Amino acid sequence: MGPTATGIPNRKMAMWTFIGSECMLFGTLIATFLIYRGRNIVGPYPDELLNIPFITVTTFVLLMSSLMMVLALSAVHRGDARGTRLYLALTAAFGLIFLGGQYYEFRHFVHEGLPLGRNLFSSTFFVLTGTHGAHVAGGVIWLGTLFLRAARGRLDERHAETVEIAGLYWHFVDVVWIVLFTLIYLLG
Amino acid sequence: MAHHTTEPHVSDRTYVVIAFILAALTALEVMVFYVEALAPLILPILMVLMAAKFSLVVMFFMHLRFDGRLLTGIFLWGLFIATAIIMALMAIFGKLTG
Amino acid sequence: MATAESRATKMTPEPHLGTYAGGIWSWLTTVDHKRIAIMYFVTGFVFLLVAGAEAELIRVQLARPELRILEPDLYNQLFTMHGTTMVFFAGMPLIIAFFNFVIPLQIGARDVAFPRLNAFSYWTLLFGGLFLYASFFFGGAPDGGWFAYTPLTNRQYSPGSGLDFYILALLLSGIGSIAGGVNFLVTIVNMRAPGMTFMRLPLFTWMSMIVSILILLAFPPFTIGLVFMMFDRTFGTHFFDAAAGADPVLWQHLFWVFGHPEVYILILPAFGVVSEVIPAFSKKSLFGYPVMVFSGILIAFLGFGVWVHHMFSVGLGPIVNAVFGGATMLIAIPTGIKMFNWIATMWGGQLRFTTAMLYAVGLVATFTIGGLSGVMHASPPADLQQTDTYFVVAHFHYVLIGGTVFGLFSGLYYWFPKVTGKLLHEGLGKTHFWLTFTALNVTFFPMHFSGLLGQPRRTFTYAEGLGLDVFNLISTIGAVLFAASFLPLIANLWRTWRRGEDAGPNPWDAPTLEWTTASPPPHYNFAVVPRVDRRNPLWHPHIEAGLGWAGEVEPGGVAPRLQPETPPEPIVMPDPSYWPLVMASGLLIATIGALGSLPVVLSGAAVAFVGLFGWAFEPPERGRH
Repeated sequence: MGPTATGIPNRKMAMWTFIGSECMLFGTLIATFLIYRGRNIVGPYPDELLNIPFITVTTFVLLMSSLMMVLALSAVHRGDARGTRLYLALTAAFGLIFLGGQYYEFRHFVHEGLPLGRNLFSSTFFVLTGTHGAHVAGGVIWLGTLFLRAARGRLDERHAETVEIAGLYWHFVDVVWIVLFTLIYLLG
Repeated sequence: MAHHTTEPHVSDRTYVVIAFILAALTALEVMVFYVEALAPLILPILMVLMAAKFSLVVMFFMHLRFDGRLLTGIFLWGLFIATAIIMALMAIFGKLTG
Repeated sequence: MATAESRATKMTPEPHLGTYAGGIWSWLTTVDHKRIAIMYFVTGFVFLLVAGAEAELIRVQLARPELRILEPDLYNQLFTMHGTTMVFFAGMPLIIAFFNFVIPLQIGARDVAFPRLNAFSYWTLLFGGLFLYASFFFGGAPDGGWFAYTPLTNRQYSPGSGLDFYILALLLSGIGSIAGGVNFLVTIVNMRAPGMTFMRLPLFTWMSMIVSILILLAFPPFTIGLVFMMFDRTFGTHFFDAAAGADPVLWQHLFWVFGHPEVYILILPAFGVVSEVIPAFSKKSLFGYPVMVFSGILIAFLGFGVWVHHMFSVGLGPIVNAVFGGATMLIAIPTGIKMFNWIATMWGGQLRFTTAMLYAVGLVATFTIGGLSGVMHASPPADLQQTDTYFVVAHFHYVLIGGTVFGLFSGLYYWFPKVTGKLLHEGLGKTHFWLTFTALNVTFFPMHFSGLLGQPRRTFTYAEGLGLDVFNLISTIGAVLFAASFLPLIANLWRTWRRGEDAGPNPWDAPTLEWTTASPPPHYNFAVVPRVDRRNPLWHPHIEAGLGWAGEVEPGGVAPRLQPETPPEPIVMPDPSYWPLVMASGLLIATIGALGSLPVVLSGAAVAFVGLFGWAFEPPERGRH
């Protein structure tokens, strides 16, 4: 790959560009959620269902997964194969725990009388957090493949850029959750 | 493989410290939620805390503070237009006034 | 390294028809931006003809009052498909065709940043368009208008599957559009030749960069709106369900937050073409280059702040209407500035009225007419009369045909010789232009009057005695002229491809880098990476053939007027790949499944995953020079 006009690798620029676009994607979902808040005709209503302590824990887990991710990148840069494998695995694992928490929460809501089509809250909540969850799931799969490559000894300093780009995606997904946690749960 | 992947200017220790700060900010956010006395100020406080966490992750974990201004520009553009549209829609739907 | 003499004799590049050689498989797996451009062009052109045929049927139905040649039900499908096709499957692909062919050549690059992603974008577009048209055979095409307003398009009032085809087709091709936005933005920012700063970019490439940003920011809200509509129709959510406390007007907001920038996506490339063609055929640099750049940026930025002007009659209140009305009027300013700059460019120039120039100058006139009616809509009280009438139809056809289509035709005549190595026949070209120009005015000018007299849009007939008869008849005659206007074009394309005159590298003596290559360019575009130090490198008086390419820099003028025929060192280009096609096919299968079969969705997703992984694990060194 030759030098680029800006010195920034193409794929890194592409990921930031994609992230800029994703701001609009999530922005639209968030706008809809905020606009429709408080307009439910029927319940159950958010304050009856949202479990702040539980989601605080899963939020914390997702935040820590970002730490694992930067540690993984740092390990790749150092050529530390064991550290790379460990931290990639931990990032993915924390992501899975977060997803597990989402799954549990969704099931609980449905059980409490809030299926997808119940009211405005169900519509906006499930589609917004579901879209976020789908992004997390995609990230977990990506990390999983990186882990497998690392396990086969095919991920070293030369591939640092790939790990960095996966990291950018992963941190962005985390950043979106930082916003969602505040807007949906704490201000709910 | 071409020039880049800049050596991290941030050490692992710093990352861990930032992670602690993020955890602490989260704890603060949740505290604000539960403390009745702060209820009238909950919106601005939470916005500030949220923005702080957001910035820490973007600037340090995503390395934007150390990367060129171009990438910051690309990201901020998307963020700015998204925020503006959220605010405009909320205003139109009457969610910004009282 | 070759000697000076042999370098001189090898300077005139031969036509490289090998660029397009190969059977179907080579086209299915191509990652070459030039071939992908041709595929986009052919696809867009075919859809243009199809959408044009739909318009002809509409005009037949409207020729006289109270005709019943088409049933209202079919009529609704026709105007919906006409609009949807024109915007998404004719306009956008034709624009992307030009982006694809021209941008890498103008910036001195050998391809786009992500060649396989480029191919993938094309396949999703083709599959989206084919999927949309399949709707005619499976229960009827969408019939809710190209903008599909809720609650009419809620399942309750539109129980058929037509709108499901609409939603899914646009989601599928939308993925490709966003990918294209990433691709072209990264290409333009990151792959410019040495010395090509942003303020030395040809204006077409500048506009293309702005449009790429618009695509990236405008498509996501539409994607989300479509997802909401799909969830409402299929999974029982309530995003647009008033009975549940929602507001169907939200759809309009989401649609137009996208839709308004979309029209700037459609027009800015045309402005870019005009900014290349007028200087070339005035033998004069573009007047006010920085102003042209900044007005383009301003148009794009302001374009995100005017969407409610499509909704003045919804009842959002005087403050909202006033703010958006004011913003809309503001946009007229940077647009008007461009018109004046083009005129100033021509002023005192050595004008040559080739077909490309006729279309470019024509655009300045016809887009101005469309812009004037647009400014009239910008006033909310005036718009209350104009909205939803044929006055608006007149406006947007003047700006879309008189703007976008004229720009694309200008670009076609201008760059055709570079793409094919042959010159289009000027006589047939001029006939094409005058027929098109006449047809545009005959068809759409009367609509200003019928609109102000109250003829509503999207109605399959009108009563006698309302004063609308004459105008509609004239419009229909104009539509016949439109159909006729395609004949000289098609004849010209056919004739030239078979036995056209050789064009050589720079038949127009134009100033930008694409004209230094052979026509058509070789697979790798540039034998030697050019180095530039100014705008319009080929018009600098010091540049002689054979001087100055990377490695032998002559101060003050360094872009070779002609690329050498053979590269001094071997150039490795990316290999063809079938993975983009595989992944797009998987997404198509999943899209089909989304009409009602989970197993098919899962199979499609599986194929798409296979495609994705195959793509990701193809050899990492894709052979850049």
